[in-house]
Amino acid sequence: MTSSTASIHALPRAESAAVEVRSICKNYKEVEALRSIDLDFPRGKLTTLLGPSGCGKTTLLKIIAGLVEPTSGEVRVNGKPVTGPGPERAFVFQDFALMPWATVMRNVAFGLELKGMGKAERQSIARHYIAEVGLTGFEDKYPHELSGGMRQRVGLARAFAVNAEVLLLDEPFSAVDEQNRRKFQEDLLRLVEKERKTFIFVTHSIEEAVYVSDRIVLLSRRPSRVSQIIEPKVDRTASPDAIRRDQGYLDTVEEIWQGLKHYVD
Amino acid sequence: MMASSQVNGPARAVHSPAGWGLSLGRLFTQHPIASRLVSLGLFFLIWEIAGRVPISYAFPTFLETLSAFVTMLFDGSLFAAYGSTLQPLIIGIAISGAVGVALGIVMGLSRTAEWLVAPLFIVLQSAPMAALIPLITFVYGIGLAAKTLAVIMLALPVVVLNGYKAVRNANPSLVAMCYSFQGTKLQQIAKIIIPDASPVIFAGLRLGLAAGFIGVILAELLITPTGIGDLITYHRSVANYAEMYAAVVSIILVSTLTLAALEAFEVRVLRPEKRRG
Repeated sequence: MTSSTASIHALPRAESAAVEVRSICKNYKEVEALRSIDLDFPRGKLTTLLGPSGCGKTTLLKIIAGLVEPTSGEVRVNGKPVTGPGPERAFVFQDFALMPWATVMRNVAFGLELKGMGKAERQSIARHYIAEVGLTGFEDKYPHELSGGMRQRVGLARAFAVNAEVLLLDEPFSAVDEQNRRKFQEDLLRLVEKERKTFIFVTHSIEEAVYVSDRIVLLSRRPSRVSQIIEPKVDRTASPDAIRRDQGYLDTVEEIWQGLKHYVD
Repeated sequence: MMASSQVNGPARAVHSPAGWGLSLGRLFTQHPIASRLVSLGLFFLIWEIAGRVPISYAFPTFLETLSAFVTMLFDGSLFAAYGSTLQPLIIGIAISGAVGVALGIVMGLSRTAEWLVAPLFIVLQSAPMAALIPLITFVYGIGLAAKTLAVIMLALPVVVLNGYKAVRNANPSLVAMCYSFQGTKLQQIAKIIIPDASPVIFAGLRLGLAAGFIGVILAELLITPTGIGDLITYHRSVANYAEMYAAVVSIILVSTLTLAALEAFEVRVLRPEKRRG
């Protein structure tokens, strides 16, 4: 126990937040989407942004990614202000954003291809992550030959392949059917455990948030503010099925639902 | 052993001649060439019947046309005609393709270029080109330049406008993806926008090629009687209707084959995923 605590302290900046959001506001013309958001995303944890639909959680994630400019405020990753996309962050898209004309291999290696890495090197890295997400044997398939769940695994492998510290996942399972989503969530937990990265995850599913997150940030309806931060007390060493029946899990789901209920018309 | 032979039994029966209708259907889906040949054969049969009725004195049967076609193929008159028809066509299409695709991409990427160039091509596309072609003669005479210009006038607008629309409508999610992985503007254009736009760009090239064929034939009919246009005019004037139809059909044949070649090139080079399923 003591040795593991010591090793965590030995890591650089282990105590600090990987991503800091400081008084971010975002207005789309007349519409105020985000109002003065302040958040810290702890290193090595999976934090979920949860809120009613249209509350701007995807906008906040895209601001962190550097894909959208905030109206005011600042995002810092490892203490450095964000001005655009950077190599320390990788994004997983809601609609997968796979190139239909490229094989699974080329799609997964695309982030490395853009960096100018040689073909042999980037393919060996891509092959590793294709195996990690369970797609070995599908390297030469094209996206339209895969199911929705498998396509998003390609999107996830592409984000892992660039070896970013922070992974930003924008409702990654919303276009995946229910059964595949459950399997995918279990695999994601395993990868979070294994890859030791900082994950920021956007979802509108309360169950999904409680199941995968170390920390849940509840956003209010537009103009969006942080309304609550919840740390689910769920024993993740248990089997996936045991977690879904765990009293702590069910209580947290209920607590969040009570908090969100009045936003739903 | 017993079980496996039982399993194999009915499976083999499916492939036997017993399932004739089924395997014919499969032949068509698996070999699109076979279904095309059958559809062509049906068309030729109807043509033959229509020619024998006869619909008109000036309407030859399919077999007469075919024999005229073979004769013209072997006496060299078709080759000579295409020799002079294809020259302005190839030059015109090459210029339209290169200029059109480049211009379309630039217009798709830059609002300023769009403002400057798009209205011109929208007007050109809706203008009655056949009426303008005789006017070319006043400037460029009756030579190769005039015919090439006729091809460009018909082919260029559709190539440009398709390229521009394709680039403008490139999948924004893929563009964002490239940006999020720190792709440069040049990588974004070369690796995302152009491949994503290529089906529509190629549709434009195919339409441009078809329009180019119209342009060159119009020029040969309206400006100078040479090449395949001359062959049509000549055989019509001496009432060789089978030869005239053979010349017309040969244009359709050449233009179809060229379009198919262009499509094959596109699938092979730019969109490999379309080769499957």
